[in-house]
Amino acid sequence: METVVFYVFAALALAGGLMVISFKNPVSSALSLVLTLFSTAVLFVLLLAHFVAVIQILVYAGAIMILFLFTVMFLNLKSEALKFESKHLGFKVSALLVILLFVGYFASLGFKKGLFLSNTSVSEMEGFGTVQGVGTTLFIDYLLPFELTSILILVAIIGVVVIAKKRAR
Amino acid sequence: MIVWIILFPMIGAILNGLLFASGFWKKTCGGDEHTEHSISGIIASGAVLLSAILSTYFFVQLLSLNPSDRQIIQELFVWIPSGDFTVSFELMFDTLSSVMALVITWIGFLIHIYSIGYMHHDKGFAKYFTYLNIFVFFMLILVLGNNFPLMFVGWEGVGLASFLLIGFWYQDNEKAYAGRKAFIVNRIGDFGFILGIFLIFFIFGSVNYQDVFAKAVDPNFMSLVPGVTITAIGLLLFVGAVGKSAQFPLFVWLPDAMAGPTPVSALIHAATMVTAGAYMMARCNVFYSQSPTAQMVVVSIAAFTAILAATIAITQNDIKKVLAYSTVSQLGYMFMAIGVGAYAAGLFHLVTHAFFKALLFLGSGSVIHAMSDEQDIRKMGGLRKKIPITAITFLIGTLAIAGVPFLSGFFSKDEILAAVYDRGYTIHWIIALITVVLTALYMVRLYLLTFEGKSRVPQSIKRYVHESPYSMTIPLMVLAVLSILGGYIGVPDFMGKVVGLHDTNLFEHYVSPAILIDNAKHVGHHLFGHWALAGFSIGGAALGIIIAFYLYSIRPSAPGKIAKDIEPLYKASYNKWYVDELYDYIFVQPFSYLCNQAARFDQNVIDGAVNGVAAAVKDTALTLQSAQSGVIRSYATLMAIGAAVILIIIVLW
Amino acid sequence: MNIGIEHYLVLSAILFVIGAYGVLVRKNLIIVLMSLELMLNAANLAFVAFSRASGDMTGHVFMIMSITVAAAEVAVGLALLVSIYSHRESLDIDILKLLKG
Repeated sequence: METVVFYVFAALALAGGLMVISFKNPVSSALSLVLTLFSTAVLFVLLLAHFVAVIQILVYAGAIMILFLFTVMFLNLKSEALKFESKHLGFKVSALLVILLFVGYFASLGFKKGLFLSNTSVSEMEGFGTVQGVGTTLFIDYLLPFELTSILILVAIIGVVVIAKKRAR
Repeated sequence: MIVWIILFPMIGAILNGLLFASGFWKKTCGGDEHTEHSISGIIASGAVLLSAILSTYFFVQLLSLNPSDRQIIQELFVWIPSGDFTVSFELMFDTLSSVMALVITWIGFLIHIYSIGYMHHDKGFAKYFTYLNIFVFFMLILVLGNNFPLMFVGWEGVGLASFLLIGFWYQDNEKAYAGRKAFIVNRIGDFGFILGIFLIFFIFGSVNYQDVFAKAVDPNFMSLVPGVTITAIGLLLFVGAVGKSAQFPLFVWLPDAMAGPTPVSALIHAATMVTAGAYMMARCNVFYSQSPTAQMVVVSIAAFTAILAATIAITQNDIKKVLAYSTVSQLGYMFMAIGVGAYAAGLFHLVTHAFFKALLFLGSGSVIHAMSDEQDIRKMGGLRKKIPITAITFLIGTLAIAGVPFLSGFFSKDEILAAVYDRGYTIHWIIALITVVLTALYMVRLYLLTFEGKSRVPQSIKRYVHESPYSMTIPLMVLAVLSILGGYIGVPDFMGKVVGLHDTNLFEHYVSPAILIDNAKHVGHHLFGHWALAGFSIGGAALGIIIAFYLYSIRPSAPGKIAKDIEPLYKASYNKWYVDELYDYIFVQPFSYLCNQAARFDQNVIDGAVNGVAAAVKDTALTLQSAQSGVIRSYATLMAIGAAVILIIIVLW
Repeated sequence: MNIGIEHYLVLSAILFVIGAYGVLVRKNLIIVLMSLELMLNAANLAFVAFSRASGDMTGHVFMIMSITVAAAEVAVGLALLVSIYSHRESLDIDILKLLKG
């Protein structure tokens, strides 16, 4: 059961990724990215990371992708602006395949070295992957990074306001 | 105290050099050239005079000593303290070096006086005297040094002085080349000399005269030394002498050296420097006396040189060139004597030759001065009436060199011929006899063409012909007297007996303590006794004089006809038997070619490599420049590739 | 077949490479930013996979931080993009050559 789910959604994620990089129209790319994010969220659930999966859908697929789509539509790109896309498509696809082969090879090398643990022999803590578990770890062990992250967001907001401000004429 | 003999010329050179030659005096004290010349000339001549007086003083001191003790040694400081090879700056004044020192200093003094007159109107007056003093300084080190390295210092030093003085008027390229040629040809000889010194040190363990010669006469020591080694030493040292004293095949620099001022030719290339080779071989007599092979080589080369030079001299038209080849020929005589073991005879001829050759050169300088720098004897003639003192002194010199009896040259030449014959070198004796005829021939020819007969002087300079000033004629007269009387210190015994005197060869007796092995052997049966031999040399001289007189005084058209009849021979002789051309073809041109190749190699390969590296760096830089194109994507690509490489490395290790 | 951690990691690697490819190859700035998001997402997947393998919650926490930072970065990036578009009237990444030299 788990296997089937994994392969299906993995395939969906890959398909989504490939579509992101191939479409000319940015809206299509954005929607493909949403597909990928959804599939990844399901994979998170398979990994017993429930809280994170929901966060991913809410924040990533929800807020961030909306922001993207909003900007794309706001810019109102003419079709000429999209015309400068890639020549030599065959070359680029084959380059991609070569790189993937490379990655596969190195990954298998890594496996042979026994870098990774297997699924089974893990002692799980209380509430692994639940809100309670995340909260415990976040507010007890990693409180400082949490606070810093909030400052980061503040800085980002200020930065955005400054950058996007219209220049005084 | 003998060090003062060499210190005076050194001080003179330093004073002249720093004060006058450098222009210091002119800048600070004023512009009167006459005063400057006077002071400069006095300093230089005075320095040499003081050396001469000192040398005479020590000579007298030597006479007061026992003959076997006649040496004064003074050590100044240790020059090279290097373990076994310790060389000190040590001077020795013994009978052999005293003879040389007296000749150098006194004749040097006369030539200094002469030079004051001769170089009067030359801008480089002070520089000239500086160089002359430097020369005297080094020549004295050569003869007074007590070890081989010190002699070599003097050897090289006089080579340097010779170079500076030959190329004195360096603004003329030909003269500069002559100086360069002299130095380089000398160098070839010096190479052999150095090897000889090395071999001496290797065999004898020392380079000090006393040590080496003591071991060399010790039969126990010498029985362990193979004969071929002694021959090798002798021959290597002889190579040095061949270079310095202009024997075949290294004589080519001496005729070219006539490019220098005439007093220089007189001092350096007649009386002193070229005789350094003879002095050196006389000093090293122990080696030659023990090596018959070396002796044969020396005599043969010397004899060949003598006749070769004489055959060139009879056709030359430049007054100084005739005298130059004559010098080469007479040096051949000296080496013949040394080669057969008659060292005293060779030295005696050295002394008398110094007298009359210096006289002849100075006389020719007087002629050139009178003729407004014309040196071609075809443009002279009938000068006797105009410059009588020069003419008479020149005649005395000519007769002396020809070997006319009762003049100095007769005694010394005759002694050499007798020695060569006595020791069994009959063929060489015949060659020497023929050379006597030729010598008389070309010298009398020179005199007749210059001073006698109808005047062929061009109109433009005819009215300027005048006798030289006293500063030039007095040395001529002094040397003429010496040429006449100088021979009487060496009258051979068999002649002295005629007037009832015994042991008349004072010269030989005086020098004998320095001759460590008695080499007077009589070989074979002789057809001719002393008187017969003397008669032969007188006859030869007379023959030469008569032929010259006939050709150039009685029938002046005859030489032209003879030259046409034997034209190839005449041209060969006139062109010095093409020796210079031969050397150029064999040595100079291949060497130039090699030099050009080396220069091209340096330019193309080495400079090419350096420039190539620079070009490669530039190309690399241009290539790398493309990595900073400003295109963000390529930046990102490069970063990704870099990260990937690092990951690969981590995984693989 | 049992799904081990390796599968998730391989998937993560492939997604990452696809995202990197997108960043390096595409000329449209918006697509570039989206590919960047894809890369971040792949990294998050790896984090969670390892967290599952080691039983430690740190991976999850880190992933939450990552999402936060991604959000901030997207905000600023899009603001810049809007600013560029209003200046240059084009979203071609190759015309941004002021760093040249």
